[in-house]
Amino acid sequence: MKGGRDQVNLEQVQTESTTTLLRELVTHLRQHRTQLREEWAQRITEAKLLTAMTKEEIFAEATSVYDNYVEALETGTFEALQAYARNLSERIIPRGVQTDEVVGIVLLLRDVLARSLFGRYHADFDKLNRILDAYEPAANRIAITVAVGFVQERERTIREQQEAIRELSTPVLQVRERLLILPIIGVIDPQRARQLTEQLLRGIRTNRARVVVIDITGVAAMDSNVANHLVLTVEASRLLGATVIVTGLSPEIAQTLVNIGVDLTKMNTVGDLQGGIEEAERLLGYKVGPVEKVVPSE
Amino acid sequence: MAVPILKQGPYLIASVQSALTDAELLELRNALVLMVGKYRSRGVIVDVTAMDVMDSFASRTLRDIAHMIRLRGAETVIVGIQPEVAFTMVQLGLTLEGVATALDLEEGLTFLDRGVKKLGGHVGASG
Repeated sequence: MKGGRDQVNLEQVQTESTTTLLRELVTHLRQHRTQLREEWAQRITEAKLLTAMTKEEIFAEATSVYDNYVEALETGTFEALQAYARNLSERIIPRGVQTDEVVGIVLLLRDVLARSLFGRYHADFDKLNRILDAYEPAANRIAITVAVGFVQERERTIREQQEAIRELSTPVLQVRERLLILPIIGVIDPQRARQLTEQLLRGIRTNRARVVVIDITGVAAMDSNVANHLVLTVEASRLLGATVIVTGLSPEIAQTLVNIGVDLTKMNTVGDLQGGIEEAERLLGYKVGPVEKVVPSE
Repeated sequence: MAVPILKQGPYLIASVQSALTDAELLELRNALVLMVGKYRSRGVIVDVTAMDVMDSFASRTLRDIAHMIRLRGAETVIVGIQPEVAFTMVQLGLTLEGVATALDLEEGLTFLDRGVKKLGGHVGASG
C-alpha cells in the first residue's frame, strides 16, 4: 500500500526536501524515544564505556543527550547542542571520562538510530536511502560538534591548570628586609627560565632587595642553556643593584656545569639554603644568634 | 644641556630624563669628568630610570664614565636600570663590568656613603 501511495505522489515525493525528511525522522525518533534510549544505554554498558559513571547517571545523561540530539536534527542548529556538550564535558571531565568514550557513545547513538531507521524503512529501499541521505550528514555533524566541544573543554581545563602550575612554580619570597629567596623546584625549560627571571627582577624592584638567594636544591638536572640563563639572571640582578647567591647545587649539577664549561666565576655559590641565608644576612649586616639570657638588672 | 647634573654635598647626581643620542651621552661624559674635579666630588650617581632602551654605545659610555671618574678619584654608581632593560643588556653581553650599580637614587647614595666612610678603600659592587 505504501508503495502505491509513493507512485501516486511520485513528484511530490521527489521534491520532498531534506527538511521534510528530517521532520519525519524526528517524529519517528520521538515516538520510539523510550525504547531507543534504553537500547542505547544498554549498548553503552555493553561496550564498557563511561565506566566512571553509575548506570543511573548514564541513563540520565543518555536521556538528555538523546533529546538534544533529536532537537539538533530537527532544528538543524547546533548552538544548543554545543552549549550542552560543553556543559556535559565540564561535568564529566573531572570524573576521568576519556575522549574516546565520549566519541564512542555519540557514534553508538548514531548507529542505534540508523538501525532503527533500517528497521522502519526496510520495505522501501528508496525512501530509506533518502532518509539516510538526510540523516547521515546531520548525524556526523552532531558527532563532530560533541567531540570538538569535549576536546575544547579539556584543553581549556589543561590550559587553566598549566597557568596555575606556572604561577605556583615561581614564588619570590621575602625572608627579611631587602632579602629575597627564590626556591626553584622541578624542571626548568626555557619558558619557565624566562618567567623566573622576569619575576625575580620585578621582585627585586618591588621589594627593594639587595640580596637574593636562588635555591636550586629541587632542580634535578641543568643543561648549558639553563645554566647560561642563570648566569644572565645573576648579571641582570647585579645591574639592579642586587647580589645573587646560588645555593643547593647538587654534585651532579656541579659536575655537569664544569664539564660543559659554563663560566660560573661571577656566581656566588653556597652549599645549602641555610648557608646562603646566613651569607646573605652577613652581607646585609644582620647578626643572628641565640637570644642571650635576659639580665634583670637594668 | 640634555642631562641636568646636580651637586649634592660631596656627590654629583646626573639624572637622565629621556632617551639620549650618542652626542648627548658624550656630552654627559665630558661634563661629569670635568665637574667631578671642579667640585672635588667624592662620588657620582647616574640615574637612568627614565631610559627604556640601553644600546651598546650607551652602556659602553656609562662604563667609560665610571672608569674615567675613578681615575679622577671618585666613585660612580649607576642607578635605576629597569628590570627589562637589565635583562636585555645581559643578553647582549652588556654587563657593565666593574661598574657599581644600585636599585635607585636612595640606594646609590647609601652605597656612596658607605664607600666614602672608608675613604680610599676599594668599593666593590653593591652588596
